[in-house]
Amino acid sequence: MDESEIQRRKRLRGRNLAVLFALLALVALFYVITIVRMGGH
Amino acid sequence: MTDMTLERISDPQLTGASPGDYLELLKPRVMSLVVFSGLAGMVVAPGHIHPILAAVAVLCIAVGAGASGAINMWYDRDIDAVMSRTARRPIPSGRVQPDEALAFGVILAAASVLVMGLAVNWAAAAILALSIGFYVFVYTMWLKRSTPQNIVIGGAAGAFPPMIGWAAVTGGVELPSVLLFLLIFLWTPPHFWALALYRSGDYERAGVPMMPVVAGAASTKRQMFFYTVLLLPVAVSPYLVGIAGPVYLAGSLVLNALFLLCAARVLRAGDDKPAKQMFGFSILYLFALFGLMMGEHVVSGLVG
Repeated sequence: MDESEIQRRKRLRGRNLAVLFALLALVALFYVITIVRMGGH
Repeated sequence: MTDMTLERISDPQLTGASPGDYLELLKPRVMSLVVFSGLAGMVVAPGHIHPILAAVAVLCIAVGAGASGAINMWYDRDIDAVMSRTARRPIPSGRVQPDEALAFGVILAAASVLVMGLAVNWAAAAILALSIGFYVFVYTMWLKRSTPQNIVIGGAAGAFPPMIGWAAVTGGVELPSVLLFLLIFLWTPPHFWALALYRSGDYERAGVPMMPVVAGAASTKRQMFFYTVLLLPVAVSPYLVGIAGPVYLAGSLVLNALFLLCAARVLRAGDDKPAKQMFGFSILYLFALFGLMMGEHVVSGLVG
């Protein structure tokens, strides 16, 4: 595997992790919003 | 590692975009001022908002502003490529494909408005949608390339955040929030034209009809001074309508005197240095005004 392929895979892994964290953050955000809204605010 | 290998690694088409490239599409530096002014609108608004919902509102303002920036970079990729200030942005440098940037911007814009509406209220969501639409369709696609008044009218897009913050708390639009809108609206021409004065060559090459390119430096400097004078009563007005106290009043008078001094120096200058200084000071000026407004409000709330 040459250097450019290693770099490409590294960036792809970075993007995948970023999407994972964004999705988890979105789930947490909706959970927290729901709890707060159900609390009568 | 050979030169050829190095060349291949540095080719963005081969390596793809990193998460940082997508973050850059959101124009994080512009976002900071947007978030700060949105937060100020929320802090000085009468009423109460749950701290978590306030944080969600700030997040939505930030994401909405960033999404507008991403769509702007998608549309302006041709002019960004020929301007030295913007040539290294993710799209002209080939790190992000234009379609990806557009999809990224549209999805974030829709999500920010939807979450604002569902979590906070639909008045704030409507103003957020209006500000995104105004920046993308009115400023970016229409005014920017067609008139030297582009940033005067288009400045409205950047002036909405305190109004959104205010609406997040109160659920509506009132005179004080309109005054906060006007404050940023009238600040935008001297701020942006200061930059355009020393970057006019860039704008000319890109075919963007910025005021210094179309009307010349002398006329631009006179108009900058005019807007800076006009800004003075508006900057003081938060005190007059009761959303800011005497500390803000004193601070705003000093800041406006300094801003006027900057504008006067630009008016008389034969070189770019005063314009560069005025651009830098204009950012500090707005941060300081909103900082004073929020700081005094928080302190008086703690003491009183």
